Amino acid sequence: MKTKLFTRFDWRASFIYWMFALIFLFFAVLLHADGFLGPNNLLNIFRQTATISVMAVAMTLVIACAEIDLSIGGVAGLSSVVVAITIRDHGAVAGVLAGIGVGLLVGAANGLLVSRIGIPSFLVTLGMQGVAVGTAALITNYAPIPILNDGFNRIFGSGSIGKFPSVIFWSFSAVLIGWITLTRTTLGRRILATGGNRDAAEFNGIDTKRIKFTVLLISSTVAAIAGMIYAGRLQTGRYEWGTGDELSAIAAVILGGTSLFGGGGTIIGTLFGALLVGLINNGLILAGLPVSEQQIIRGLIIILAVALAKKK
Amino acid sequence: MQNINKSFFGTRVLKDVNFSVRPGEVHALAGENGAGKSTLMKILQGVYTMDSGSIKVAGESVEIHSFQDAQRHGIGMVFQEFSLIPELTVAQNIFLNREPKNKIGFIADRDSARRASAVLQSVGIEIDVTAKVSSLSRAYQQLTEIAKAIAADAKILILDEPTASLAKHEVDALFKVLKQLTASGVSIIYISHRMDEIYQICDRITVLRDGNLVAVETLADITPQEVIAHITGRKDVEMLTHDGRQIDRSSTPTLKVTHLSAGGRVKDVSFDLYQGEILGLAGLMGSGRTEILRAVFGLDKKSSGTLELKGAEISIKNPRDAKGSGLALIPEDRRRQGLVMEHSVSANILAANLDKLSHLNFLNFTKIDEFSQTAITDFEIRPPEADRQVKLLSGGNQQKVVIAKWVATNPTIILMDEPTVGVDIGTKVEIMKLVRSLAAKGNSIILVSSELPELLGVCDRILIINDGEIRESLMRHEIRDEDHLQLMVQGINA
Repeated sequence: MKTKLFTRFDWRASFIYWMFALIFLFFAVLLHADGFLGPNNLLNIFRQTATISVMAVAMTLVIACAEIDLSIGGVAGLSSVVVAITIRDHGAVAGVLAGIGVGLLVGAANGLLVSRIGIPSFLVTLGMQGVAVGTAALITNYAPIPILNDGFNRIFGSGSIGKFPSVIFWSFSAVLIGWITLTRTTLGRRILATGGNRDAAEFNGIDTKRIKFTVLLISSTVAAIAGMIYAGRLQTGRYEWGTGDELSAIAAVILGGTSLFGGGGTIIGTLFGALLVGLINNGLILAGLPVSEQQIIRGLIIILAVALAKKK
Repeated sequence: MQNINKSFFGTRVLKDVNFSVRPGEVHALAGENGAGKSTLMKILQGVYTMDSGSIKVAGESVEIHSFQDAQRHGIGMVFQEFSLIPELTVAQNIFLNREPKNKIGFIADRDSARRASAVLQSVGIEIDVTAKVSSLSRAYQQLTEIAKAIAADAKILILDEPTASLAKHEVDALFKVLKQLTASGVSIIYISHRMDEIYQICDRITVLRDGNLVAVETLADITPQEVIAHITGRKDVEMLTHDGRQIDRSSTPTLKVTHLSAGGRVKDVSFDLYQGEILGLAGLMGSGRTEILRAVFGLDKKSSGTLELKGAEISIKNPRDAKGSGLALIPEDRRRQGLVMEHSVSANILAANLDKLSHLNFLNFTKIDEFSQTAITDFEIRPPEADRQVKLLSGGNQQKVVIAKWVATNPTIILMDEPTVGVDIGTKVEIMKLVRSLAAKGNSIILVSSELPELLGVCDRILIINDGEIRESLMRHEIRDEDHLQLMVQGINA
């Protein structure tokens, strides 16, 4: 009666790493002449995926809890314009606080509607997505708001520490905090229990409504921070920042090996899922494919990868 | 537990029931479905509140209003499947929501793994505590449940039909663990329908019937025959005085099943079903009754065996094939498998009959109205409103909707799995009448039921199923009474 008898080898768990290595090698050979392996290009992949990976980490917690948050793209856009306006009128510190405030506000609204009124998170956050983007467009009259505060821009995205762009530190902090939360804290354990078997979690005295509220609050707040990273990197707040990011983040989470049905979750997998999406984008651009073909190939690779990783 | 009373909607389901368990004892709680066993246990776990009575644990009066209260007083329940989180490990499940933490407040999984191992070892359970629960067999999941209760300092463990889904050697392993637990002073309440297991593991038995306490005995002082007599009581219901009808068994059988095996739970089963016959499958929960129906209907993959319909061999690989061959299955869990609860009566009946009620894929609403009205009248569905949501109907009327739906497809063979579970007594009789009238019209019926009076009330022939095999095939008139059938089902020679 030893370990081997009860734990079957689960190749799906390591699937994302094989996939990542395979596609990396594929591009390395094919696009060698185009400078794919150059240090600048590799850093670029990280830079381009930073906002997605930050949001995908929070999305992992949401999906592990068997919920979904479709409003994160909209929240990122709304946060970017609120931050830009507040910095213009009241300075950088107030701007950052206002951005986080946007995240907390939307997250609390999502969380209350889902946990207290019992509306499925899919519907609540789908609606909230529209509310957030619309509000961002309304208060700026569709215009981009430039951010002239150097300190803010450097910290959130444009600056670098040594050779590394500062956005990379944001994504790695998110991964580290997310990983500790999910594997080492009671919150993480309660999220997994709630997503895995809600009745059982209740029987164990876990307040599952509160857990659902909490993950949606976290997700939205993290999305607001991602919005600030957009704003800092592009030195502008604009309602369009983040549009469609919720789908990229969900793709990263699922590619990483987290089940869409809740109860499980792997942050490191999510990081590689996000990097894989970035890697594919980067490779297709370097290969010189037109945008239409990039979209088709990216879509097919994601479907194929998820199909291969699917539990039988 | 003393003088426990409980009523639901004016019906008394427990009447001044006394129940006690001694330290280190395995105490069997027996009775028919609806006798009050589970109500009594739910009161002990804090799921229901009793109307009157008192509960004492180790001599002290206690108030139990929630599952957490019960846990605090050392009462642990071994759930069949509820309480484990599949994607967490054994150790993580055992310490769920009370995880040991290290100095900076993070979860110390190694610590919980070590403590979980110690608990498991102390009760003689060998499981890898770092294995995910989803990778364990049912038996080991159950042992994990037990360990979880013990780790939470349970002094009284409630096990409800713990062996229903276990194989023989797993049952032995479970019993070894239970013996070790009682040796350390834990008391066990063992709810079971299986006499052989009760005699193997239990010290005393309490029998409930219709909410009354009818017997508390030491098992050494009572024979299985006497226990069964207590459980069934002396019933002289009209339903029981059925003699079996004359069935013409000389013609070609409507359905001939030969050497059917499937999934380890159906082993080399062969039987014939004739036109107009009602064939009962009697057996304990987990004996393979349901699985036989599932295999015949193409829900489970057959590993061997052939099916013949009126002499011609047919292949049923999925439920669509079965429906095409004129079979209908009325499933056990009507809420999940039989009905769309949010839809109306008419929409539910319609679902299996779309072809008949549409033209070129467009629904014919006049036909649909007529059709559902006929069904409502024929099956006496109450209230007789086609537009009413099914979830607003009583359990018995929901069951009638399921039956109406399938009968409307004009099946020649109807498979019924526990058609009267959760149905009040009046509707039960109506459903039984319905079964008889279907057979009178020439349908052949296979009926699975845990309610032996029901089988005796309508069946022409009864197969005794045990461990996936047919042990005995009896004509109705060969069975004396309910006790006789119960003994057969239990595998005790009468």
